[in-house]
This record gives sequence, C-alpha cells and structure tokens, in this order.
Amino acid sequence: MNQPVRTPFVESLLASAALAQLPGSGIAWLDAARRENLEAFEAAGLPDTRVEAWKYTALRALGQRQFAHGDANAAGRPVDLAALALPGVDGPRLVFVNGVFRADLSSSFGLPDGLSLMPLSQALQGDAESLRFALSRHYREAGDTFARLNAALAGDGVVLRVDAGTRIAQPVHLLFVGAPADGDCSWHVRNVIELGEGAELTLIEHHASTGEQGHLATLVGDIVLRDGAKLQHTLLQNAAESGTMIRRSSLHLGARAHVMSHVLELGGALVRHDLQAELVGDEARFDSRGVFALHGRQHVDTQLAIRHQALNTASESIWRGVADQRARGVFRGAIVVAQGADGSDALLSSKNLLLSGQAEIDTKPELEIYADEVKAAHGATVGQLDERSLFYLRSRGIPQAEARTLLTAAFCRAVLQSMPHEALREHVSNLLLAHLPAE
Amino acid sequence: MLKIENLHARVEGKDILKGLSLTVNPGEVHAIMGPNGAGKSTLGNVLSGRDGYEVTEGSVTYEGRDLLALEPEERAAAGMFLAFQYPVEIPGVNNTYFLRAALNAQRKQRGEKELDSMQFLKLVREKLKIMQISDELLHRAVNEGFSGGEKKRNEIFQMAVLEPKLAILDETDSGLDIDALKHVAQGVNALRSPDRAFLVITHYQRLLDYIEPDFVHVLADGRIVESGDKTLALKLEEHGYAWVADRDPALSGAQA
Repeated sequence: MNQPVRTPFVESLLASAALAQLPGSGIAWLDAARRENLEAFEAAGLPDTRVEAWKYTALRALGQRQFAHGDANAAGRPVDLAALALPGVDGPRLVFVNGVFRADLSSSFGLPDGLSLMPLSQALQGDAESLRFALSRHYREAGDTFARLNAALAGDGVVLRVDAGTRIAQPVHLLFVGAPADGDCSWHVRNVIELGEGAELTLIEHHASTGEQGHLATLVGDIVLRDGAKLQHTLLQNAAESGTMIRRSSLHLGARAHVMSHVLELGGALVRHDLQAELVGDEARFDSRGVFALHGRQHVDTQLAIRHQALNTASESIWRGVADQRARGVFRGAIVVAQGADGSDALLSSKNLLLSGQAEIDTKPELEIYADEVKAAHGATVGQLDERSLFYLRSRGIPQAEARTLLTAAFCRAVLQSMPHEALREHVSNLLLAHLPAE
Repeated sequence: MLKIENLHARVEGKDILKGLSLTVNPGEVHAIMGPNGAGKSTLGNVLSGRDGYEVTEGSVTYEGRDLLALEPEERAAAGMFLAFQYPVEIPGVNNTYFLRAALNAQRKQRGEKELDSMQFLKLVREKLKIMQISDELLHRAVNEGFSGGEKKRNEIFQMAVLEPKLAILDETDSGLDIDALKHVAQGVNALRSPDRAFLVITHYQRLLDYIEPDFVHVLADGRIVESGDKTLALKLEEHGYAWVADRDPALSGAQA
C-alpha cells in the first residue's frame, strides 16, 4: 500500500485529537478503541476516487482544509428552537449544538415507561459497559475513513433504548444543530439505538443550522431491532449549504422486524450518507424512501446497502434525486441477497431529474443474488423535465418557473406520500418546495 | 377579438402555414376544417405559443395586442385557452391543485384577487354541475390513467373553470366515440356566450353536428381556401376535401 500523503485535513484532525478531552476517557477499552481507530485514520488518510465507495465523491478539496476540534463555546450558542420545531413532533427531544449536548434545549423529563433516552456523554458516566460492543468497533474497509475518525473523536450522541414489548406513541426528536462558531470546526456524534423484542418507535433525526457555517460533522449511528420490533425513521437534513456532513446509519433487523425509513437531503455543501441495513432475521423488512434536491454547487452522495441474510426477507427502496445549476448527486443502491436467504424480495428504484445542463447525477443500482427463489427488480433513470408537461401547465396560465417547481415537486412526491404524520409530511413537502429553485 | 393576417409559420425548417388570414369576433364559433397536413394543428400551436414554431411572416392581434410577443402563460391570462388534441398526463399533480394554481396564476397576472380554497371549491362544484362531471375526476392526478374521453372532458372542464374569452379546440373529437363526443359538445355548448369565441379545429364534420358553427373555413396547404356558413361543412362531408382542391387548381398539386 502506498504511504498516503499527509494532507492538511489529516494533520489538523490529528492535532485536535491530541488536545481533545473526550467524555469517557479513562475507560480502558474505550481509550484503546479510540486510539486504534485514530491510528487507522492516520495510516490510511482520506480515500481517493480509486476506492470504489468514493468513486463519485472526490475529497481532494476537503483534504486541503483544516478543522479545529469541536466548538468550545457550543454550550452558549443561541438557538431559536421555535424556528426548528416540527409540526406534530412535540415529545421527547435531545438537542445537540455543534456536537455538544444541550440540556437547556432538550426535553427528556417524564419519559414514557420503557423508553430510555440520554446523551452519550452522560451514559458513559454510568453504565459504559453496555456500550462496549457498539463503541469498540474497528472499521477495516478502505472507505471507512470517517467512521474511524468518528470512532476516535466522538464524545457525545444519543443512547436510546426501548424495552421489549413497549410501544412509544410520541415521536422522539433528535436535533443536531450546526451553529456558526469562531472558525470552522469538526464535531463527531455517535448514536446507539436499540429496540427490544416487539418494541415500536418513531424516530425523527433532524439536521439543521442556525446560520452559514463550514463545519465538518460526522455522525455514526447503530440501530438494532430485535425480533418483531418496528421503527419509523424519518431523517430530515436541512443543514447550512456550506457545511460538510458525513453520516453512516447501520441498521440490524431481527426476525419480523420492520423499518420504514424516509430520508430528505436538502442542505450541505458536501454530504455523504451511508445507509446500511442487514436483514438477519427471517421475514425482516426494510423499506426506504429518499429524495435529494440540490442546487448551487452542492454535492450529495447516498450509498444504500441492503443485505438480505435470512429467509423471506423483503426490502423496497424508492429514491428520487433532483439537481439544478452545478449540483452533483450520487446514488448507489447495492442489494445483496446472501446464500440461504431464499424467498427474499427486493425492489430498488432510483429516478433522477436534471434541471440544468451543468448538473450531474450518477446512479448505480447493484444487485447480487446468491439465493434461490428470489424476487428482485431494480431500475434507474436520469432525465429532464418533460417539455410537453411544462407547456401544458404554462398554457393554463402557470408561469414557467412555477410550472417547473410544480413538476419537480410532483416528481419527488412518490417518496414522501408514505410518510406517517400528515402535518410532518406537509411540512417536509413545503421545505422541499422552498428548496427547489424557482428558475 | 382575434385577427390573423397573412400568417406564415415554419416547423423544423418546413413551411406549414403559408399566408393564413382569419378574423374572429366575440360570440362567434368558427370551425377550421382541412385534410391531414393542411396545418390545422400548427395553427393551434402557434396561437397558444408552443416552442418550435417559427413565425416567418404576418401577424396575430388579440384584443389589440401582438399575441405572438406573449408567453404562453400570458396568453392564458389574457383569456386564451387551448383544448389539447393529446392532453398530457402529469403524475403526482392533483387535478384540483393544478386547476387552482392555474386559475390563481391567471388572476394574479390580471391583478385580480386570488381565490382561497373555499371560494375555489364553490366554483368547481358549480362547474361540475354544468359539465355533468363526477367529482371523482378531481381527486386524481392530472389526466393520469384517464380514458381518451375522460381526458377530453377534463379539458372542457378546465375551460369551464378558467372561463376564457377565446377557446381553441384542437381536434377535440379525435379518438372519441359518439357518446363521449356528445358529452364534450354539450359542455362546449353550455359555455357559449356572447363574449366568448370558439375556434373549433377538426378533421371531420361529425363534431359540427353537435357544436353548430357560425362560420366554416377550409384550410388547405397552409391557407384558408374556402369560407362559408355551416352548410360548407356538409358539402365537404359529401364531396371530400378533393372537392376544394378541384375548385382551386393552384392546390391540386399539394393534395397528394
């Protein structure tokens, strides 16, 4: 292996790691895991586009940037919570500002029975041992740079558990806010979520900003569903358009577990989302709906990876992408039906819309099947707005810009209409509409 | 209301309209008939402002304004409506939402107050009654999965809601069975008024049995070669378009 060039990016993060005083330090296994992941990060550096997982997302420019570690004043940054409220979402809420837990903005008193919800920084002071499995992972793939960085530097995040057989009626709101700081900093969040047997939860993961900032945020989440558990997971990313955000969500589904995931990507200058689902129990089901709507020079890369590993598992993935101006969207949907996962059913659709001649979208569905009696289908398209439809709307009096927005929103609608909670769906649709360029 | 003078238009480098002139006054119903390739659809498309049609000569004046200088949405706001020969399916856009957006966009351009959803619904209910259309149509996406008849009926329904001053029906009868044709014609007749003019473009005389025109024009090789009252349509039905060509030797070469 070639010795990677030490970029300013790697240098700055190593320097900040040396200064960082992370919650949980002193716990031997955690110190070791952090150290080893940092060493792996240092050894490999940033991947280049020869690494398959980063083929369409070049990190050269990021490699030249430097980031301070965290925001020392995160606890005092003003946040207008009302502006970030979501309709119909007024239950338990944890808020993080530049990666730091903010008790003053959160609401986690009087939690329903069977729900445990606390910041990682606090959980590490208590029963750290129960987090050992999740937090002592080593990331060994060539493209795992940011997961390593996160494992080395994450000091806060969410620890959420739902007891077996418990249905939590109110949606839980996890709000991650990027706030302008004295300079561009990096912050790292680690979430550990577990639903016991037959538990049910609605989770809103919400990324937002209080102003333009060029921070680097990494988020790694492990979500485990025991047998028969059900999760509605809505991910709304509406962060500042100047930020860099690298997220990884790994889901692990037991028998008959069901996840319905909705992803809306609107903000960010450079965004990467790895959404990984492992269907390890018979009849597990993972459904995902996602849409990205980009303009300017935004670059958003979604990597969906689903592994069917048990009998009669199912997945349905419906994704839409829209890119205008000089934006770039990437979608890779990789579905593996492993040997023995007979009777599995997998469907993947990726449809994309280019609103400008300079925009680019790369979509790549991949299907690998090693089992028998599998039903699998995938389709991917990249196209433009239909001129005939556009003229039809204009001939009825709808001005060109409005007609384009209307058609683009309609194109994305298939993804949002299955969202639970009508008020939230409408809110998200409006955010999408507001984000679509008028011209 | 509408004055077309010596209109020449070209599509993909090919001259289609070659000196068409026509005047339409409020309250009049004009039928434009002609064989395939005469330029009937081109006329509708040029009047509604579709891209790809180049006007090389002549003028079109609508209520004293240069129509050709207006964008399609401005023409609509000025009271023009084109009922499409092939209405477009628009999945994901609800029919009611679309119509309200269209009506309010027009009102806004005209400096009128936009209708709120209650006012709009009241208007729509009224028009449904006149058009004898079930409201089931409203809850579907624009033309998505509609039968040929339903699409055309939806065009006429849109026309009823938008209340244009000049409606152009581009081969609205094509692909319709006799029941659907009658239904569409009833809708059009219900909208006839002294302030509203119609330009009915059709290949067959059949539609004119149900929408009675004040004037009939025969379009051949890009020009109007014969004008008359409704009896002209009957003559055409009897003798075919060759009859017109025979009477105008200059055209016989173009009637291949």
